[in-house]
Amino acid sequence: MASTASVGDLVSQPYKYGFVTDIETEKIAKGLSEDVVRLISAKKEEPAFLLEFRLRAFRHWLQMQEPDWAALGHPPIDYQDIIYYAAPKQQEKKASLDEVDPKLLETFDKLGIPLSEQKRLSNVAVDAVFDSVSIATTYKEKLAEHGVIFCSISEAVKEHPELIERYLGTVVPANDNFFAALNSAVFSDGSFVFIPKGVECPMELSTYFRINSGDTGQFERTLIVAEVGASVSYLEGCTAPMFDTNQLHAAVVELVALDDASIKYSTVQNWYAGDENGKGGIYNFVTKRGQCRGARSHISWTQVETGSAITWKYPSCVLQGADSVGEFYSVALTNNRQQADTGTKMIHVGPRTRSTIVSKGISAGHSANSYRGLVQIGPKAVGARNYSQCDSMLIGDQAAANTYPYIRSQQPEASIEHEASTSRISADQLFYLQSRGIGFEEAVSMMVSGFCRDVFNQLPMEFAAEADKLLALKLEGSVG
Amino acid sequence: MIRPDAPVLLEIDDLRASVEDQPILKGVSLTIRAGEIHAVMGRNGSGKSTLSKVLAGHPAYAVTGGRVRYRGEDLLALEPEERARTGLFLGFQYPVEIPGVSNLEFLRVATNARRACKGEEELDTFAFEDLVHERLKVVQMDPAFLERSVNEGFSGGEKKRNEILQMALLDPLVAILDETDSGLDIDALRIVAGGVNHLASADNATLLITHYQRLLDAITPDYVHVMASGRILRTGGKELALELEERGYDWVDAELAAADRAPVEVA
Ligand SMILES: Nc1ncnc2c1ncn2[C@@H]1O[C@H](COP(=O)(O)OP(=O)(O)OP(=O)(O)O)[C@@H](O)[C@H]1O
Ligand SMILES: [Mg+2]
Repeated sequence: MASTASVGDLVSQPYKYGFVTDIETEKIAKGLSEDVVRLISAKKEEPAFLLEFRLRAFRHWLQMQEPDWAALGHPPIDYQDIIYYAAPKQQEKKASLDEVDPKLLETFDKLGIPLSEQKRLSNVAVDAVFDSVSIATTYKEKLAEHGVIFCSISEAVKEHPELIERYLGTVVPANDNFFAALNSAVFSDGSFVFIPKGVECPMELSTYFRINSGDTGQFERTLIVAEVGASVSYLEGCTAPMFDTNQLHAAVVELVALDDASIKYSTVQNWYAGDENGKGGIYNFVTKRGQCRGARSHISWTQVETGSAITWKYPSCVLQGADSVGEFYSVALTNNRQQADTGTKMIHVGPRTRSTIVSKGISAGHSANSYRGLVQIGPKAVGARNYSQCDSMLIGDQAAANTYPYIRSQQPEASIEHEASTSRISADQLFYLQSRGIGFEEAVSMMVSGFCRDVFNQLPMEFAAEADKLLALKLEGSVG
Repeated sequence: MIRPDAPVLLEIDDLRASVEDQPILKGVSLTIRAGEIHAVMGRNGSGKSTLSKVLAGHPAYAVTGGRVRYRGEDLLALEPEERARTGLFLGFQYPVEIPGVSNLEFLRVATNARRACKGEEELDTFAFEDLVHERLKVVQMDPAFLERSVNEGFSGGEKKRNEILQMALLDPLVAILDETDSGLDIDALRIVAGGVNHLASADNATLLITHYQRLLDAITPDYVHVMASGRILRTGGKELALELEERGYDWVDAELAAADRAPVEVA
């Protein structure tokens, strides 16, 4: 009989983005010390306040312990065995794309993110970050006409230092947690977005992060500020080559929404996940937090997490402004030996604040997938409301799914609703679809996308179809 | 309708299969030609559903011997979806529920997979809606079932009608209906039988697995086979079913015992 795949046979298809770009890179020596922090800051010609910020963070970090409460396991990370700064050798950031090293443009082409004038996505501005630096940002001029600032954070430090000084570290303080402190000390690049008062950003903004070097950590820093009445939709994508060692990725993302502002932040994370035995892959330790500072402000996180050997990530909302709204929509897929511990924190501070959490975990292979979420209602959050829905889907019988919902309420009147479910894709369901002429992989993807629909509906249109395909790819490879 | 010169669609030869090293099919042989309607009867647990699932390619069953030729090809070498696309259809005894997958979308994808194999063009959403509404009439099913998830929350009888709807859409060459009549009320039984008769032609064939003569009153079989303990113990015409109705299966034990005592033939 032909090799009909059984449910347990689901394996991830070969990783499409696993190539390495052969490009000359300027790297500093391995290891982390105050001197390294100073060196990074000097290389980037930063103002004094920023060096101070980094040094403060570094000193905190020295006193801190790696968190151990997540349901994750990995060998100890040697922080002295990592390179904290790597940049492709092209002297300056180029004024025009024509001057960017063609090898870099080609790399992004291959990743499906064309940057050149002719081929670029028509309604999406892209900031492309390669290892530690941003190499190009498209549509800057067009955005500038609307007063929108979209550039790399290094550039923002040079050109808008007052904005950086005002907002950086105000949502995620330098000593927030071990990985955030590390990032604050050594962050290299990332994106900066500023939407001025009353402006609705005219196009999707997007940053694409690419890790290329095998021994380099990536520590990107993203800051998005929406002033009163402003709105923006932002998407990040990530990939990395296949190395049989693990690379550390410790990012910080801060969002600030003032009165009536709205920020929609979407992530499609597809870092290299390691091979089927769990060798290699990215350690993804990320702190993402949005602050609804103003009344009626709105922050929405949507994430599709499919990659990384380990994901430790809790995009959160601090709902300060009265009537502000926080949302978290997540699909986390783990396969083979991947581990994910992800969820959100909704901190209700202001009155009548509302939050919605929809989490869909899919575990296949020998992977482990945990949802961890906190809903906190403070004493002033009169009339606060939360709705949470956490669903897990198991594929095969070797995978694990856990749900850890924490609720802390100091408002007896608050309305908090939590629903959870666990389902399993059974061999009989797959066989039923197959016996109607639907191939094994399409059958899996039909069931999985049905399961994820509530989250995919939240993605920007351009990327919803992409997400569907990505999940199918991740579960493909068992037939043939 | 029996026509000795009609092409052979399915030829099962000494088929053996086990589940978890437990032999269940112990040498089933059966030949089905175009235009024929076969009925398979037999006690609970005799292996009828196992035969149907092995033919459809269920991964839980390991084929340990024998051959199956389908349209002249080795059926067992095909993936389940390839068997389906080339026209083998199994109406399940227990159709499973698939939450989150829309019935309409499922029917469309399945229909297009079959059509592609026949070299027909793919139907878009609108063209498919027209087709499905027409076929719904064959089984007198409410269009509201299209909007729901596949079989989710369907009653036993509704699931069976959904199976016949699929059969009507997929235009099978060989349809195996595993107890499609069980759990149906009298009207539904008539509708399903009407549907099967309507779809039967000189070019296709039907294998009905059933316990009840009342289905065979509505669909006249050309052959009736009695399965026992993983083989076909006896084959006859439609009168064999009537005889079973009268006598039950007690005689089976005697015949089985006799078969087990028979000297092994040496080729
Ligand atoms: N997946 C399985 N695992 C274990 N045993 C099985 C499995 N499938 C079938 N069997 C066993 O094989 C035998 C035949 O089962 P099968 O379902 O084919 O019977 P059947 O003739 O269809 O019975 P019924 O008339 O009750 O539908 C039974 O003893 C059953 O328990
Ligand atoms: Mg049965």
